[in-house]
Amino acid sequence: MQSKNNDASLEALQDIRSIMDRSARFVSLSGMSGIWAGFVALIGASIAHIMLQEPHYRQIGKANEAGPQQFDAYTLHFVMLGLGVFVVALLGAFYFTFKKAKKHSHVLWNNASRQLLIQGFFPIMAGGVFCVTFIYYGCGLFVAPACLVFYGLALISGSRHTLSDIRYLGMLDVLLGCCAIFFPGFGLYFWAAGFGILHIFYGAMMWSKYDK
Amino acid sequence: MSNPIEQLNKIFDSRIRIGIMSALIVNDNVNFNDLKSLIDVTDGNLATHLKTLEENAFIKVEKGFIGRKTNTVYSITITGEKAFRSHLDALEKIIKGLS
Repeated sequence: MQSKNNDASLEALQDIRSIMDRSARFVSLSGMSGIWAGFVALIGASIAHIMLQEPHYRQIGKANEAGPQQFDAYTLHFVMLGLGVFVVALLGAFYFTFKKAKKHSHVLWNNASRQLLIQGFFPIMAGGVFCVTFIYYGCGLFVAPACLVFYGLALISGSRHTLSDIRYLGMLDVLLGCCAIFFPGFGLYFWAAGFGILHIFYGAMMWSKYDK
Repeated sequence: MSNPIEQLNKIFDSRIRIGIMSALIVNDNVNFNDLKSLIDVTDGNLATHLKTLEENAFIKVEKGFIGRKTNTVYSITITGEKAFRSHLDALEKIIKGLS
């Protein structure tokens, strides 16, 4: 009789915990999403690296006499590359997360995922505005650090609504961004480390922890 | 020491009610459809249990609209939170006392 009560209590507590987690946290986030985003970022950084061999591209984001820099074709190529990387990374991340949610028959659009998107959206949007204005005012060397810091802040603020590992990834990105400010000219390497290597590392870790 | 089993709240006997309270205790508010998919119950079943909890003043109901569709959101009351926490304490005592 007593052990029957014990079992029932344990079962009730496990139920409670599972529902608390699923309702407040978006647990379907797949580690594969991170790995994908990391590889896309590394490919994007390599393309940017090759583009930067060309002298025209080296002028992007540098202050000139004429005041705020014109958005010429070269700048546009670079911004398009950045946006392209962001969209391809996001689509792939969405695909893997969609697959994981389906496998566990969890819903993708719920209170937790809504909160995650809202909390993450504001820092990302602010970061986007800052990056574009940095290029506009000829302070291109701040773009990579700003990307890392704002993205890291977005992860920290969103992490309350998803797997907690995301918080540490966010903190590392913020720290890396802060370091990057002191190494002008190496922005792309910091960017590749933060968005490429850290994503792959954390993605693989989360994959083996939750998805395997 | 009183028997912890007696401290269990009869209202939280049902899995569905426990599910509702668990979701509401960690969120400011949750709407009907989210609760439904979270706990995996039928509309009617969920509505009945929500009604019971509301009658006991454990949850608050707010009816609103998104466009033309009704959007009913539920949140936990202070009474509800207290009752649910002491139910959890009792569950914990039972497990600790016997294992």
